[in-house]
Amino acid sequence: MALDFKELEKKLRETFGASVLDWTEFRGQPCLHVKRESIVKVLTFLRDDAKFEMFTDLTCVDTLRLPDEMQPKYAERFTVVYHITSLEHGARLRIKTYVPEDPAEVDTVSSVYLGANWAEREAFDMFGVNFKGHRDLRRILMPENYEGHPLRKDYPLKGRGERDNFPKYTEIPEA
Amino acid sequence: MSETPQTPALPGQADKSGSGGYITTKIEELVNWGRRNALWPMPFGTACCAIEMMATLSSRYDLARFGAEVIRFSPRQSDLMIVSGRISIKMMPVLIEIYNQMPEPKWCISMGACASSGGVFDTYTLIQGVDQFIPVDVYIPGCPPRPESLIDAVMLIRERIKRGERQTKLYDRTKHPLDFQPVNLVSDAVAGAPQLTGTRLSLPGKDAAQNG
Ligand code: SF4
Repeated sequence: MALDFKELEKKLRETFGASVLDWTEFRGQPCLHVKRESIVKVLTFLRDDAKFEMFTDLTCVDTLRLPDEMQPKYAERFTVVYHITSLEHGARLRIKTYVPEDPAEVDTVSSVYLGANWAEREAFDMFGVNFKGHRDLRRILMPENYEGHPLRKDYPLKGRGERDNFPKYTEIPEA
Repeated sequence: MSETPQTPALPGQADKSGSGGYITTKIEELVNWGRRNALWPMPFGTACCAIEMMATLSSRYDLARFGAEVIRFSPRQSDLMIVSGRISIKMMPVLIEIYNQMPEPKWCISMGACASSGGVFDTYTLIQGVDQFIPVDVYIPGCPPRPESLIDAVMLIRERIKRGERQTKLYDRTKHPLDFQPVNLVSDAVAGAPQLTGTRLSLPGKDAAQNG
């Protein structure tokens, strides 16, 4: 049974009012823009009432160096993007929420979708977005003693000297 | 039972039957002969180059011809490190640790553009050439190098062993204790920078340079 996205949009706007910022569509892919304060409620609603039972992905975009005309309408520095799938309707939905630079915080959705656990750790590791309430927000890709969040656009591409900072293997000079 | 069994002649007592004899050589050359005909590689395959290394070891290219087919996954049993693939800053301590665990004498091949120079990955996370930190005997260019290149590198290693050469003669165990501790990754310039606060991380100088 195909999902009627128009219907879903109406229902979302009714339920969440001003928390729903926008509903856009790009090449037939619907995208819901919500305020970050209500992301947990919206995702819970989508999971339980709209039958989006599968969490596909979570990622983050740093819009720091985007030219003005490409900046998203509700621009904060970071955009956290959630992808969810409804197996029942055979439909996918993208949800975007906007997170400021300071404090870069948004509520965790790992309580709603267990699959968000590691995805949030990755977004935290790479972008430094703090997912409040996450049970185990540790680095997942970078080494534990790493400092900084390398996919932030103000992080230098070639790093800050990490890659040159290992002990050198030196020979004992012959007597 | 009248015939007595023939005892083989001992070295130095050669008769002219061809059943015994001796050669003279230097012990070093004899040992090097053994070493170069029984190289036991330690495969440090971290990326696509490792696929070519596997191909080289398979029957088509047959590294066994040179006595180097016994891949050892324990560094303590191997004497040829083949670094094939990208080494990230998370992997480098592991590489150093494993290299330290290999018994002397040991040789090292840096296979492919990534291991030798970082290749196309000139980024924050990739070691720009493992030879900065561990000694390398032979470099193989290519992305990935063909199996023939790896065979050529093994031949060069054999040549080096024959001449008694290697990149590591001794190393300073006081500077490189076997229980290698990972260093702090970030240079002093940013030590103490806030980590989990979510504030914007920036280096004034570099930032200005990037922003133009
Ligand atoms: S040199 Fe090329 S083939 Fe080898 S690890 Fe690097 S990218 Fe992969």
